[in-house]
Amino acid sequence: MSSLYEEINIAPASDVPVRQVTVFVNGEARTANVEPRLLLAHLLRQAFKLTGTHTGCDTTNCGACTVLFDGRPIKSCTMLAVQADGHKVETVEGLASASELHPLQEGFKQEHALQCGFCTPGMMMAAKALLEENLNPTEDEIRWALSGNLCRCTGYQNIVKAVLWAAEKMRAELN
Amino acid sequence: MYPSRFKYESPKTIAEAIKLLDAGKGEAKILAGGQSLVPMLKLRFAFPDQLVDINNIPGLDYIRFDADGSLHIGALVRHEHLEKSLEISKRQPTIAAAAPLVADPIVRARGTFVGSVCHADPQGDWAATMIALHGYLVVQGPKGKRNIEMKDFVLGPYANSLNYNEIAIEAVIPAPKGVARGGYLKLERRVGDFATASVAVSLDMSGDTVLGAGFALAGVGGKTIDANDAASALIGQKLTDATIAKAAALVAAKAEPRTDHRGSAEYKRHIIETFVKRILLANSAQKVA
Amino acid sequence: MRLDEIKIGGMGASRRRVEDNRFIRGKGNYVDDIVLPGMLHMEILRSPVAHARIKSIDVSAAWDVPGVRMVLTGEMMAARNLAWMPTLSYDTAAVLATDKVRFQGQEVCAVIADDPYIAKDACGKIVVDYEILPAIVNPVQAAAADAVQIRDDKAGQVGNKVFDWEIGDKSRTDKAFADADVVSKIELHYPRTHPSPMETCGSIADYDRATGKLTVYMTSQAPHIVRAAVAMVAELPEQNIRIVTPDIGGGFGNKVPIYPGYVIAILASILTEKPVKWIEDKTGNLVSTGFGRDVYLKGEMALRKDGKILGVRMNTISDHGAFFADAQPSKFKIGLMHSAFACYDIPTAHMFATGYYTNKAPGGVAYRCSFRVTEAMFFQERMVQAAADDLGMDQAEFRRVNFVKDEQHPHRTAFGFLTDSGQYEKCLDIGLEAIGYKNFAAEKAEAAKRGRLLGIGISVMTEPLGAGNSREYDILGIKMFDSAELRIHMSGKALLRTGSRGQGTGHETTWAQIVAHELGIPADDILVEEGDTDTAPFGMGTYASRSTPVAGAAIAMVARKVRAKARKLAAHLLEVSEEDIEWELGRFYVRGNQERGVTIQDCAMAAYSNMPDGMEPGLENVAYYDPPNLTWPFACYIAKIEIDPETGVWDVLQFVAVDDCGVRINPMIVEGQIMGGLTEAYAMANMQYQTYDEEGNIIGGNYMDFLLPTAWETPGFELYEVVTPCPHHPIGAKGVGECATVGGPAAFVNAVMNALKEKGVRNIDMPMMPNRVYEALTTGKDVYGMPPVRSGN
Repeated sequence: MSSLYEEINIAPASDVPVRQVTVFVNGEARTANVEPRLLLAHLLRQAFKLTGTHTGCDTTNCGACTVLFDGRPIKSCTMLAVQADGHKVETVEGLASASELHPLQEGFKQEHALQCGFCTPGMMMAAKALLEENLNPTEDEIRWALSGNLCRCTGYQNIVKAVLWAAEKMRAELN
Repeated sequence: MYPSRFKYESPKTIAEAIKLLDAGKGEAKILAGGQSLVPMLKLRFAFPDQLVDINNIPGLDYIRFDADGSLHIGALVRHEHLEKSLEISKRQPTIAAAAPLVADPIVRARGTFVGSVCHADPQGDWAATMIALHGYLVVQGPKGKRNIEMKDFVLGPYANSLNYNEIAIEAVIPAPKGVARGGYLKLERRVGDFATASVAVSLDMSGDTVLGAGFALAGVGGKTIDANDAASALIGQKLTDATIAKAAALVAAKAEPRTDHRGSAEYKRHIIETFVKRILLANSAQKVA
Repeated sequence: MRLDEIKIGGMGASRRRVEDNRFIRGKGNYVDDIVLPGMLHMEILRSPVAHARIKSIDVSAAWDVPGVRMVLTGEMMAARNLAWMPTLSYDTAAVLATDKVRFQGQEVCAVIADDPYIAKDACGKIVVDYEILPAIVNPVQAAAADAVQIRDDKAGQVGNKVFDWEIGDKSRTDKAFADADVVSKIELHYPRTHPSPMETCGSIADYDRATGKLTVYMTSQAPHIVRAAVAMVAELPEQNIRIVTPDIGGGFGNKVPIYPGYVIAILASILTEKPVKWIEDKTGNLVSTGFGRDVYLKGEMALRKDGKILGVRMNTISDHGAFFADAQPSKFKIGLMHSAFACYDIPTAHMFATGYYTNKAPGGVAYRCSFRVTEAMFFQERMVQAAADDLGMDQAEFRRVNFVKDEQHPHRTAFGFLTDSGQYEKCLDIGLEAIGYKNFAAEKAEAAKRGRLLGIGISVMTEPLGAGNSREYDILGIKMFDSAELRIHMSGKALLRTGSRGQGTGHETTWAQIVAHELGIPADDILVEEGDTDTAPFGMGTYASRSTPVAGAAIAMVARKVRAKARKLAAHLLEVSEEDIEWELGRFYVRGNQERGVTIQDCAMAAYSNMPDGMEPGLENVAYYDPPNLTWPFACYIAKIEIDPETGVWDVLQFVAVDDCGVRINPMIVEGQIMGGLTEAYAMANMQYQTYDEEGNIIGGNYMDFLLPTAWETPGFELYEVVTPCPHHPIGAKGVGECATVGGPAAFVNAVMNALKEKGVRNIDMPMMPNRVYEALTTGKDVYGMPPVRSGN
C-alpha cells in the first residue's frame, strides 16, 4: 500500500477526506490512499512511481499525460484519481512485454519520431488507441487522431511515419 | 494545476445523485466527462464543496432513435460516440458535422454531450447545435422529471436554468417532419482552439422545399445565440442564392461579436454570414428523395 | 579488413538514437521525475497585476496551513541579499518582489510545503495589497516623456531606455542612399513569442549542511554558467556546488537563463535543510520566463535600377520587459542582429538599435534564435521582398543578382562579419525547381478560377553559428569556448564527456559518431555524458546552435590527441618507429605492409599493460576549443500557399527546404532538427504569439491562448541537402539546430504577401491569422503590430 502522504511527517488535517483506491495499472492492482482532488496523473507519477506519464500544461491541451483508461485515451491530468478506482489504466510503462518492445516503440525509434522525449509517452498511447481501432490508418487519419497531442521538437512528420511503420508491422504479425 | 479541496461521492443511481445535490444546497456539482469541470477546478475558477460523480450510474450511455424519429442522447454519451455513430451521420447531419470539431480527439473520448450543453460555455458547440435543432433536455429532481426547451435553458455564460438539485439525464432532438439536413462550421486556428466564430445550421426538408430550419451561434456573444428566427427567410421556400443570402444576413445580424485578439466584430459577423451561406449552398446541391 | 564507417556509426550514419531507449520506455529522467528523501515542494505566488507598488504582504494565514514549512517573501530574501540577482546582461532582476511588481506574473512569494497541492492552498491565503501604477506595454509608451519609470530601483536609470547601440558606417551608407535610384522602405514588427518547450522549468535544490555541498538538479542548457552564477549569488564556494541537468524536455533557449525559482529553491533548501523541488506550471513558464523577439524595425534599402543593393539601413527598437535579462554575448546589446544581409554582397550598411523596459516578462533572446538572428533574417527577407516588389523585379532573380558568389568566400559583410563558405545559387536553384517556380503563373491562374489566391514566398539566409571566438565573444566575461574529455578503457571502449547539453538534440548519439570517425571505435562502444558539472569539463552550454560547431570541434580535437598517443603505442607494439606508422579507420599499420597492424583496441590495452619506457599509462585527454570564427550554414526555404479570400484562412500547399549545414554527422537527426524548426516557423507565422492589453494583462499565458499547431495543421516539408564543408571546422560541420526557425517564418509571410500583391498589400505582421489576412485583402491596407486586444487599444 502506497500513499501520497508516505514521506510526510505531518498527518493530514482531520477534515481532509481521504479514500482508498485500487487501480489496475498495466495489469497489476495498485492501491493508494488519496484525496479526491488528487489528479490521476499525479497518482500514477507520485504514488505509483510511474513517471513515464508527463504533465505539460494546465489547460488540458498538450496531451503529454495521455494514458488509456478502460482502453480509451484520456488526459490523465483531467481525471481524478478517485475516478480510476476499479478501472484499468495502461501507461507507457506497460507497452513493452518482458522480452519485446511494442511496434510503436520500435517504430518511434526507427523513424526518429522523438527528440526530447517529453511528449512521446502520451503520443504513443494516443497512437495505440488509434491502432486498436484502425490497423490501416492513412496519414490524415493519423494526424487527426494525434491532434490532441502537442509536440515541439519533431514537426510531427516522423511521428506519422512511425505510426505507419508500427501499423505495417502489426498487420504483418496478424498474418 | 492543483484543485482546492472538495468532497467526492460516486452514487450508483440517479435518485442517489439527486439526494446528494439536494443536500449540497448548491455547493455540489455533477462530474460527468469532467473535460470542462476539471480544468476549471485546476485553475481554481470553480471550487465546489462536493463533486457528485455520475460515471458509475448504469444505463445513461445510450444513443437512441425512437420510432417517431426523435433522437435521445443519454447523459453519459461521450462526444466520440456521436462522432462515430453511423446512424447519426445519416439522420442528424448537424450533429455529425459538429462532433469532430469539439475540442480534440482525446477530450472527445471522455467529455459528454449533455455535460457540455449544461456547461453553457459561450464557445460550446453542443448548446448551439441543440438550439438550432430545437432540442430540449429531460431533467430530474426531487420532485420528478421535467423538460426544459433549449431556448429556456441557457441563461448566460456558464449559467443554465437547472435548479441546484436537478440533473440533466437526457437530451432530446425532435424528429424532423421531412428529412434532416444541415451542417456545422467553426473557425478555429487549430484543433482545440476557442472558436473565433461558429454556427450550427439545421434544415428540415421535403424534396427541395424547406419545412423548417434552425440557426445558432457560438463564440460571437456573451452566450450561445439563438438565431432560429432567421428560418423565416427559408420556410416554404427552396434554397436559392436569394433565399440563402437573406437567411445568412438575418443570422449574421443576430451575432453579438466583440472585437478581440481573434478578430474584429465585423470580421466575426462576416464569418458567420459566410459559413451560413456555405452550409446552405452545400445542402442545396443535394436532391432530397 | 577495412572498417565500414557507416556500419560502425561514424560520420554520415543515420545512427538510431541512444537516448530513445529510455524515452520510449517512459524511463526518461526529467527533473520532475526525481524524488529525494524528505523532499519538500515549492509553489510561487505571482503578481496578478503588471505594475504596482507593494504596500503590504500578509503571509500569516499561509504559515498556518497544515503541511506548510516555510513562506518566503522579498523582505526575507533582501535580508540575505538575495532579493535581486545579476542577469546575463549586466542588469539586475528581482528574485522576489520587494518595492514593486513590474510585470504580470512576477514572483512575489514562495511557499514550501509537503506537497504542491498544499503549497498552492497556502499561496491562496497570502494577501498582498497592491497600489496599481500605469502599465507600459510597448516601447512607444516606454519612450514617452511623461512615462512612469519602471526601473526606479536602478541608481542612475533615466526614463525607460535600456540602451542605444550602433554599428556600421553611417556616412558611407547615407551617401549610398543619396545616390540610389530607388529607396525601398518597410516597417515591421516581429511579435513577442515564447519558446514554450513541452517541459517547463524546474529544479530540486539539495543543500547538505554536513558536507556544505549544494546539489541542484535543474532544467538548464548551460550548467557550468549556472554553477558560476550560483557561486556568485549564493556566496558558496564553487567546488561545493554541483549542478546536474538530467533529461531536458526541450529547451529552445528557454532553459538558458537563471530564473528566480531556482534561486529561491536554493535558499529554501539551505533554510529548511531539506531538498526543495520547484516545478513551474505551464502558465508560470509562459508568463515569466525567457520569451523571444518583440522587436520593431524601420528598414530601408538603397537600390540601383538594375537590382543591385547599394546600401541598407536598419533602425530597431526592442522590448526587453522589466529586466534586461537577454542571454547573449556581452558586447552586443541587440545580439547578432547585425548578421542581417550576410548572404548578400552589399557595400555598406548601418544600424541603430534602441532597447526599452516595459511592464512585461523579461528576456527577448531565447527561442531558437542564435541571439536575435531570427529577427535579423526575418527583417532581411522581408526587406528583400519589398525591394524586389518596389523594383518590379522577380523575387528569385533579385536575390540571385545580389548573392555573395561562391568564390567570394571568405567574405566580409557590410556589418563586419566574415562568412566562411557557401553555394547560395545552387541551393536557390534546387528550391525553385522543387517548388515548380517556372510553372507558378499557370498554377496561380488556375487557382484564381476556383476563387483562391496562390502565392510563393522565398526566404534565404546564412547565419552565424558557433559563438564564438574569444576575441569578440563572452558572456559575463567568460569566453565562449567548449570542451571534451575522452577516456579509452583497456577494452577499447570509451567514455566521452563534454560541456554541452543536449535537450532532445541527440548528443548522446552524434558525439559518439565523431569519435567513431576519428578513432574507428564503434559508436555503440562509446558512452557519452553531459550535464553534471562535477564530471563534465567546463562548457558554455547548448544554445544558438553552437554545440556542433564548438563542442563538436572539441570532440574531434580530443579524439585526435588520443590518436596521437595511440600512434606511439602502435609503434611500440609493432616495433617500428613512429614515422613508419600509417592510419586507417580503426587501426595503425606499418607503411608498405598493410597486413601488419594493430587496432585501436590493441593500443588501448597496451596503454594499461604494455607501455613503452617513459610513457605515462592510460589513454585519455581533454580538449578546449576556442573557435577561430563562427560557422555559416545557408538555407533556402520556399513556401507555396493558398488563401481562401472569403475567410482569410491560408493553407500550405507545398514547402521546400534546402539546407547546407556543411558536413552532416547524422543525416536523420539533422532532418529532424530542420522539420522541428520549420514547424516553429509555421507556428509563428500563423498563430503563435503573446501580447498584452493596455493594463498589462498577458494574452498567451496558457495553451488556450498561446497556440501551438497540432499534427493536423502542421504541413509536410520536403527536405533537400547541399554540403559545403566549413573550411575551419575540424570535421567540416556548421551546425543546424536553429536554421529553420531563423529562415522559415519569412518564407510563409513572403508567400502570403506574394498572393496579396495585386491587392496592394505589402505587409501583414505575424501572426498572419485569418482575420488579419482578411482585413488586408479587403481593405488593401497593411496590417501592422499585434492583434488588437479589447477595444480601444
